[in-house]
Amino acid sequence: MLLAIELALIVEKLVLIVIVVMASLLIAMYATYAERKVAAVLQDRRGPNRAGPFGILQPVADGLKLFFKEEIIPNFSSKALFILGPSLAMLTAIMTGAVVPWGDKVHFFGRDISLQIADVNVGILYVFAVVSMGVYGIMIGSWASNNKYSLMGGLRAASQIISYELAMGISLIALLMVTGTLSLKEMVLQQQTGLWNIVYQPLGFLIFLICAFAECNRTPFDLPEAENELIGGYHTEYSSMKLGFYLFSEYINMFVSSVIMATMFFGGYDIPFLNEADYNQNWMALFGIMMLMTKVVCFIFLFMWVRWTIPRFRYDQLMNLGWRVLIPLALANMLVTGALVLLKQNNWHF
Amino acid sequence: MQALTNRVKQVDRREMSFLERLYLVSIFKGMMITFMHMFKKKPTINYPEKTRPFSPVFRGLHILNRDEEGRENCTACGLCAVACPAEAITMEAAERQTGEEDLYREEKYAAKYEINMLRCIFCGLCEEACPKDAIYLSETFAPADYQRKQFIYKKEELLIPHPVKDAEAYKKALGNRVKREKTN
Repeated sequence: MLLAIELALIVEKLVLIVIVVMASLLIAMYATYAERKVAAVLQDRRGPNRAGPFGILQPVADGLKLFFKEEIIPNFSSKALFILGPSLAMLTAIMTGAVVPWGDKVHFFGRDISLQIADVNVGILYVFAVVSMGVYGIMIGSWASNNKYSLMGGLRAASQIISYELAMGISLIALLMVTGTLSLKEMVLQQQTGLWNIVYQPLGFLIFLICAFAECNRTPFDLPEAENELIGGYHTEYSSMKLGFYLFSEYINMFVSSVIMATMFFGGYDIPFLNEADYNQNWMALFGIMMLMTKVVCFIFLFMWVRWTIPRFRYDQLMNLGWRVLIPLALANMLVTGALVLLKQNNWHF
Repeated sequence: MQALTNRVKQVDRREMSFLERLYLVSIFKGMMITFMHMFKKKPTINYPEKTRPFSPVFRGLHILNRDEEGRENCTACGLCAVACPAEAITMEAAERQTGEEDLYREEKYAAKYEINMLRCIFCGLCEEACPKDAIYLSETFAPADYQRKQFIYKKEELLIPHPVKDAEAYKKALGNRVKREKTN
């Protein structure tokens, strides 16, 4: 009996893992399409409209093209590392989805199935650990290419991510003080009953948002692959599907950070102005997932919108913003939040 | 200093205020501008399905004309070749045999007529020089090709479709182009 339940759990988790990985790949695939379409629309153009109706098959065509391109591994590169780079970038991009609560429980086959692969009680720390691993993919790839442009790109990526991870972490500490938990599931549950965290932490959200842009290497922080200075940055030497992995992991990262932001600051799968407990559990779980995806799409659109509005920062401006603006700001935010939390515990008496 | 035009704009070199230095306001403004562009009319047209109309005096590929009964107008007089500043036109004349009256309008015709479209500058002087209304420029332009020799257009490519046997294609080849008045 015990074994049967365990087996069911394993099957259920496996199915969930497959669905989550497939879904994030699919969404990343269509994010590339959306990026081109959004870029086109913002610049009064039409965008891809040849492959299928409205160009809907464009990402498939792009993927196929990448598969059929010639695989080039430069002579002077370290081959193992050269292959490890994009694989690591892709791996870390996908791994983050494990702790995200995609929805509430669903009731199937007499079992309550949680729509979260692993409810780790230090979910945020896990996300941080995995996301900061992502830079290794870029660094290893750029180092292994044995090309100065690649190395410059990797160098920039590393220093950029180190600088912005600090501010990001500190801005999150303030959020943790408010919520009192590290588990993403717990955070969503709190936001379902109370207000969304964005109300308590607007400045923290802004800092987190800016840092998320930097972590994803998105414009205005896309210095690691700055085409007009570094040819292709860290993926100058890459071709075929290895290049595809790098490009793809950027979009998965974008998707994942959108999910994280939606979960931590915008109530995750919470549907605003609705008490989920009053309705059918399965339907509410479904609507919850759709709600989360709506929020994610809004964030992804924001990512793209910003990309086609703001020019790239200069390197010293980037460092200036990270170390001399965001980190002090995040520290101040943390101190003020901490003071307020203490005051509240003391019933607003000094 | 005296301004040379009335479009001079004074550069504002004041220190930025705190709000300006925050940069967020200007980012928001910029994002609003790009957002408004989503609702603008797109100037792009879906090219191969839709084409822009040419100007009525557009000078495209040459066409060798026929009369209403489908006989070739050209008499191989060579005036077009003489008028051509790019020396793109060559031809060989031949005499019309008995029984060929429905093919050629006059006793002499062009057995060979070639235009090198890589040399041609589409000036339209051949059209002006022609006394028989045999050559004129149409509304189509030369399509791309892989070989240079494909750009030497033979009589088969230049001749307009037969107005009786293939009336529709004839009309299409004729196009909407306005023919220029002869000056002399």
